[in-house]
Amino acid sequence: MNRLKLMEKLRVPMMLFPAIAIIVVLFGGGMISGVGQSVGYFPVIGLNNFTLDYYRDVLTDDGFITSLWLTFRLAFLSTLFSSVLAVAFALVLRHTFRGSRLLTLIYQVPIPIPHLVVATGIVLLVSQSGLLSRSSVALGLTQTPRDFPVMVFDTAGVAIQLTFLWKEVPFIGVVVLAVLKSVGPQYEEIARTLGANSWQRFRYVLFPLMLPGILSTSIIVFAFVFANYEIPLLLGVRHPTTLPVMAFRNYQDPDLALRPQAMAISMILAVVAIFLLVAYKRLAKYAVES
Amino acid sequence: MQRMFRWIAIIAIVLGVALPVIPQIIWSLAHRWLFPSLLPTEWSMSSWEYVFSPSSRVVEGFMNSLEIAVFVCILSILVGLPAARAIALNDFKGKGIIEWLLMVPIIVPGIVSTLGIHQLFIRLHLTNTFIGVSLVHLIPCIPYMVLVMVSVFSNYGTELEDTARTLGAGPIRVFLNVTLPGILPGLMVATMFTFLISWGQYITTVLIGGGTIVTLPVVLFPFITGINYSNAAAISLVFVAPAILVLIFTSRQLGQDSAVMGGFGRL
Repeated sequence: MNRLKLMEKLRVPMMLFPAIAIIVVLFGGGMISGVGQSVGYFPVIGLNNFTLDYYRDVLTDDGFITSLWLTFRLAFLSTLFSSVLAVAFALVLRHTFRGSRLLTLIYQVPIPIPHLVVATGIVLLVSQSGLLSRSSVALGLTQTPRDFPVMVFDTAGVAIQLTFLWKEVPFIGVVVLAVLKSVGPQYEEIARTLGANSWQRFRYVLFPLMLPGILSTSIIVFAFVFANYEIPLLLGVRHPTTLPVMAFRNYQDPDLALRPQAMAISMILAVVAIFLLVAYKRLAKYAVES
Repeated sequence: MQRMFRWIAIIAIVLGVALPVIPQIIWSLAHRWLFPSLLPTEWSMSSWEYVFSPSSRVVEGFMNSLEIAVFVCILSILVGLPAARAIALNDFKGKGIIEWLLMVPIIVPGIVSTLGIHQLFIRLHLTNTFIGVSLVHLIPCIPYMVLVMVSVFSNYGTELEDTARTLGAGPIRVFLNVTLPGILPGLMVATMFTFLISWGQYITTVLIGGGTIVTLPVVLFPFITGINYSNAAAISLVFVAPAILVLIFTSRQLGQDSAVMGGFGRL
């Protein structure tokens, strides 16, 4: 009987243990190793004195602030545009009409497609010799590749944003759509009989229903874009670049003395990401409650 | 008015989804496609021949990606499923911390933890190995598996399991005949996410695999901004193939089962 009780008591911890152990050892270990290197513990090149110099160096560097702002701007704009488009499409797709099932399926196509594939497609589409530029010649709008606006390797990061937009609109959209479909049209009907116009029905009925889904998916989207390495590296300019690219570049530098700096950048990246997301969650909670 | 919006949405979705795909398909079959022609002036299968030749390493990369992703999926299910069940169906002390711990790898950028892990793995001789790469892929995969499965188990009643047990079914039979059928749609979506997260990993693979473990994204990467558009397009289309298969298998769950996608609402 006692053994049974003990087994019962240990059941939940035993179910949790493998997952927690892997995360703590791998992720936790990696974070501790990273923090260690960023504060000057890097015995391979003879560093083992605690110092915050690397953080000071990084934070007082103009290039770092520019990169931080660029990283934030790309993540913020991608998240904002994706959310707005996802809401707009969900409003149409929640209705059943001829071909609506097929359209919803097409809408979901980008979800499983890897970002690198999207990046390849965007380059072939919007570069100065891409399909859009060729179409614009065919329409008589431009004559040479140079007449077409620069969208790849540009400082504004148009191709970067388009890549993320293509991927993330359906991701947010599917979650929002699922909510609207499971609720059904009855709330809207009630609002309609009470005399609400279409803007009011959206603002006071549909939008509040969608809000939790928008908020939770946009957190994932923001965190993903903020931390993404390959897309800004492939489609953006070399300078200024985003923080993940900057951290990795310093890390890969043959000069090992740059590694602690790379780790400091990477730790700041993590702290900023956590801070922004906690702030966002607070804000989101406030928005949902009010 | 509503009809107009509907038509705008239909055109925007169909065109928007198709536009980046079209030039990839055409380029993969193009031999000569000079500006400003709208279509290639000469077609050929040479980039597809290149893709399937050993020198391109595409087949090798494909197999490595597949092996790693399947291995990561199996491990994620083995550790993620019990954890998700424990969280969804029990109240215990420290549950908040456990949930937070399992979610934090989604929030903290993968590149941050991987840069730190690199140093550890060098010491443990795990860099440049299949196991090492799979282990770093697990870090983002386990949280997604748990996230989706917690929401699946939250909507799952254990009454049927109790009945089966009362009728004398052992734990393995209960799992295979009662639990598994109940959670299978959700498990499929969770496995799909896990597979695709591993399948798409680039920077973590490069860092830990160090050029020894060549996965498909590692093969594709230098081509994307290279000069051979045809080869880039063909490799890219190979990279997307399993994703399309996965979508076909799980699109019904994605579209309708709000309980499954609601998992993301827990973040």
